[in-house]
Amino acid sequence: MDVVERTWTWLATGAHWTGGDGVWHRLDQHLYLTAVSLLISCAVALPVAVVLGHLGRGGALAVNLSNVGRAVPTFAVLVLLLLSPLGQYGSWPTVIALVLFAIPPVLTNAYVGMREVDRDMVEAARGMGMTGPQVVARVELPLAFPLIMTGVRSAAVQIVATATLAALAGGGGLGRVITAGFRLTDTAQVVAGALLVAVFALLVEGVFVLLARLLDPVRRRAGRTAGKVAPTPVSDV
Amino acid sequence: MAEQSCLVDNDWICGEYLSTRGQELVDATLQHIGITLASVAIGLLVAFPLALLARARRGVRGPVLGLTTVFYAIPSLAMFSLLVPVLGLSVSVVVTGLVLYSLTILVRNILAGLAAVPEEAREAARGMGYGPVRLLFGVELPLALPALMAGLRIATVSTVSLTTIGAIIGYGGLGNLVLSGLRSYFKAQVLTASVLCVLLAVVADVVLLLVQRLLTPWTRTRRRRAPRAGAAKTPAGQAVA
Repeated sequence: MDVVERTWTWLATGAHWTGGDGVWHRLDQHLYLTAVSLLISCAVALPVAVVLGHLGRGGALAVNLSNVGRAVPTFAVLVLLLLSPLGQYGSWPTVIALVLFAIPPVLTNAYVGMREVDRDMVEAARGMGMTGPQVVARVELPLAFPLIMTGVRSAAVQIVATATLAALAGGGGLGRVITAGFRLTDTAQVVAGALLVAVFALLVEGVFVLLARLLDPVRRRAGRTAGKVAPTPVSDV
Repeated sequence: MAEQSCLVDNDWICGEYLSTRGQELVDATLQHIGITLASVAIGLLVAFPLALLARARRGVRGPVLGLTTVFYAIPSLAMFSLLVPVLGLSVSVVVTGLVLYSLTILVRNILAGLAAVPEEAREAARGMGYGPVRLLFGVELPLALPALMAGLRIATVSTVSLTTIGAIIGYGGLGNLVLSGLRSYFKAQVLTASVLCVLLAVVADVVLLLVQRLLTPWTRTRRRRAPRAGAAKTPAGQAVA
């Protein structure tokens, strides 16, 4: 296929990677947008979800928020924010749109994670005399960790995807390689850009899957105990 | 002082825009509905046999779920662009992309729905002499309908909002108006098209909810005890932009 060959040539050309329109610069912008937006949405959504989940209130809010989030077209919100007075403040309209779309998955998953913790365990912890914050920190949060991370991962992937759309609205990021390719009617550049974006999104997904595994407090604790117990043969089992 | 036209003022809300460009809005809305309907219908047609295959063979299950998850992680702008060299600049690019996205949700929900069918129901049907086909369509599918419909609703709503990205190749329905509105800094057009898009998603969701209630009259009496188990188990809600 001719397209494959031309795409490869495009990617292999060093000039396409450097400079203001180069891949490295666009990747840099993309990473910056993703990191800032993800941090802000986690800072906003996680505490709210943990408190609501601990108290067992606001379940309807969490579910409805994620449903509404799905119905609102990201692209339209991005454009609306750009045309609003906020549009003058550089990349802030983009960041705000990204944060708005990342909050529902983080909030919903963290809330559900906190709620799905075995009630018996919470009762047992309380029976041992733990205070509310202690229950949250030592029982609920460690057990809810996998689901919380799933939410953060969804949010991260979603932010990467949405940041691509910023390019459609004249913003920075890897999507610019694609939109520039469209303007130049250069199919090779469009495909190259799309490949770069897809690979980047999958990489982010992969990194978060790994992070969730490595950081899981329950799994880590289990691993440590298993390591200690393993050498001593257990006779009565 | 003469009334200034809201088109000249470039207001966000403009009645004159609605009256003078009504046809444009209707055309875009119809294109939007057409693309969404086609994508969801094809998605369902592909997802159903895939889910059955994944259920029947463990070896198929992993790759099918893995592949659809990978599709889901690809940003829509990239997805549509990657399909252009294969399918050319046509509406089929947008529809194919949207079908690939809907598969993730649909396959998972159909599988979850079928898995939730109680074994006793299956046994009873087999005891009554039901063959595999009649068992599937007469017993399993109706019982899996709530989960299936929950998936269909999520897929439809996110397809409505994702269709807008088709604007990059000119087949985005209301998204076309958003993009051209951005380029000409035409606020009324952007806001009207965006609101219509959200309305479309809400209407589609309500219609599907009504269809679900009509198709599953038996769930209403049981609802209090088992609140939509299928819907709650759907993987983390996310719409890839």
